[in-house]
Amino acid sequence: MDKKVLVAVSGGVDSSTAMMLLKDQGYEVIAAHMKMWDYAEVGGESRRDGRCCSLESINDLRSICTAHNIPFYVLNFVDRFREIVIDNFVSEYRAGRTPNPCILCNTHLKWEGLLNKALQLGCDFIATGHYARIVKDDKYSRYIIKKGLDDSRDQSYALWGLTQEALSRTLFPLGEYRKKDVREMAAKYDLKTAKTPESQDICFVADNNYHRFLKEWEQKEGGGGKGFRPGKIVKENGEVVGEHKGVAFYTVGQRRGMGIAHPTPLYVKKIDPESNTVVVGDNDDLFTDSMKVTKLNWVALDNPQEPFRAEVKIRYLHTPAKAGIEPHAKDTVTVRFDKSQRAVTPGQSAVFYDDDTILGGGVINSSKK
Amino acid sequence: MTNPSQFIYLWNLTDVFELEVFLKQIYLDNNSTTPLDERVLEAMLPYLKEVYGNASSVHNFGREAKTAIEEAREKIADLIGADPSEIYFTSGGTESDNLAVMGTAYYKEKKRNHVITSAIEHHAVLEAVKFLEKRNFKADYIGTDEAGIVSADELKEKITDQTSIVSIMHANNEVGVIQDIASLSEIVKSKGAVFHTDAVQSAGKIKVDVNELNVDMLSMTGHKMYGPKGTGILYIRKGFKLTPLFYGGHHEKRRRPGTENVAGIVGFAKALELAESLRENDHKRWAELSELLIDGIQSKIPDVFLNGPRDARRIPSTVNLSFKAIEGESIILSLDMKGVAVSSGSACTSGSLEASHVLLAMNVPVELAQGSIRFSLGRFTTREDIEYTISVLPEIIERLRAMSPLYEKSN
Repeated sequence: MDKKVLVAVSGGVDSSTAMMLLKDQGYEVIAAHMKMWDYAEVGGESRRDGRCCSLESINDLRSICTAHNIPFYVLNFVDRFREIVIDNFVSEYRAGRTPNPCILCNTHLKWEGLLNKALQLGCDFIATGHYARIVKDDKYSRYIIKKGLDDSRDQSYALWGLTQEALSRTLFPLGEYRKKDVREMAAKYDLKTAKTPESQDICFVADNNYHRFLKEWEQKEGGGGKGFRPGKIVKENGEVVGEHKGVAFYTVGQRRGMGIAHPTPLYVKKIDPESNTVVVGDNDDLFTDSMKVTKLNWVALDNPQEPFRAEVKIRYLHTPAKAGIEPHAKDTVTVRFDKSQRAVTPGQSAVFYDDDTILGGGVINSSKK
Repeated sequence: MTNPSQFIYLWNLTDVFELEVFLKQIYLDNNSTTPLDERVLEAMLPYLKEVYGNASSVHNFGREAKTAIEEAREKIADLIGADPSEIYFTSGGTESDNLAVMGTAYYKEKKRNHVITSAIEHHAVLEAVKFLEKRNFKADYIGTDEAGIVSADELKEKITDQTSIVSIMHANNEVGVIQDIASLSEIVKSKGAVFHTDAVQSAGKIKVDVNELNVDMLSMTGHKMYGPKGTGILYIRKGFKLTPLFYGGHHEKRRRPGTENVAGIVGFAKALELAESLRENDHKRWAELSELLIDGIQSKIPDVFLNGPRDARRIPSTVNLSFKAIEGESIILSLDMKGVAVSSGSACTSGSLEASHVLLAMNVPVELAQGSIRFSLGRFTTREDIEYTISVLPEIIERLRAMSPLYEKSN
């Protein structure tokens, strides 16, 4: 085949297995690890050891690559990552929204920054260990992203931002396999990384303590305390029920950590940074029927102008909900759910599926009953 | 003697006599480190095998080791115009630099608390000075002109009788520029300050004599001159004192305790001796080959600029070129895939996209600084190596420029 592919490797089992698969399939493989943050900057390091992106796993990667004659490079994306992902992460929380940094990392760091690098190095494709599939589809005559074969492990949700140009240059070797097959393959290849535990949290918050991270970042970078000033927690009718520590520390649907004594459980329903208040309600109040989604990217569909139906995921861990989608001018759609959905959260990504195919996606802007 | 810079791997000689010929491997990164010369290895072997005694021991095993060290010390002193008592063995250039700068600064702290260095120093000096600044010493970093020559005027201006030490490198690792150490020394001595020079890149390539240079302290390392890694020396002129970095036994007159790396020391001495004997010939060869490289590249590729002087003020084996409108990292990786090893900035900062502090001090514009590559020739570099490099580079640069949003073909 002799086609050249740059595989983005994290040190985890998926990307290493993807790399070996591609080599077996006859591609000329180059492995690249993206360095995106410094422990010194983001803190929480002690929990990182042995996980993907840790020094240990990188060393394991290096020895796998040496053993199989695969050139291995570490590429420095720290500045861009800070600008594009971390700064956005902090400013979204400050604005009372709940960000999904993996989306920005995929769309801009991997499928722009790393892709450019790969092309500069004469590669035809980049590949990752993402559990998803790409198909050049006749029905849509575009590159489409499909869920991985094993629905329960599907990672397509985080890929909605990829452009046609990016997709035309991408390989996802693992999408056709079941997750347990992947671990078996890793063991067969005798990969040291086969033992690397999976990471579910945000990669640059190693100890999963977002509050710590946000506080430390604010102290370092300043920002006038926006989002970190205490304010009132109120019910919909305006009744004050408590004090919040700063809107940055809350997310829609949150129940714990509010310090409110109340006969019935109260959940965060809305965050209003303008008035610096957090609005709470009971569980029923969390259900909304429609939402507005912006910052759209179309995958299988090509900038649709007419309404259409889809199954919509509003969070990574969410069962897609049937809805009608109405495009408006200026990069906005209104999504009307057949059944009300719980805790629709501004800042999270909404991804529109047609069965296992991604039609497109965007960022949730607001929701209402 | 084997030529390590060019070899063909014979792999998988099966019954059918299938030969897989691997890519040529060309090493043009000698400023970052050099291969161990066979003759140095020969000299070291007995001290890794039979002569294993601790040089401080009273018995015969110890005496043998001790003799080897003292002979090495004499040889080294002789080669650089020093007295054996002025040679101290360390773990390498970084340690020697740290010992000279911090050792002197601490020793003189009560009466003088100002240190001076240049803006183009190696990080082993810069970081030591930055550390001192955090400890309430004052520091100045002397700038250079566009050729990389340290400004004598600025030094005269900044030096005071509060200055304890001035450290200016003899030859720069990134661009090869050579400072006029002897002249700078006059300025330093006039204020009674100590003058240290980092001769890590100049040793074995140009004449290094402590009297000609008129320095009080001088650092050298083995692995830049075909010697082993992990060994170096600090020359300290008689009468000059410093506060040690290490505390322990009585080795090296208590200035650098620790059981001696006998094999390393013997290797260092042999490496320096060899380098001195080959220096003039190597210098001529490098002058020729580097001109071939620069001309070859500039004639085939437009918008390529040499950083550093194109005359006798530059170590000829160092060729630092800026390729307009593209990133150095992409060039390095592409060359690596063609079997050519080079670097950009210094080895210590590779992987970082920051433009080199040396190039920035020389006023090279940031975009050009980010597209810079250092080719550093060595003892084993051949004409064929240079010709091959010249042949593979144009396609790489063309491809990268075609993708670069910054490059506009000038008509």
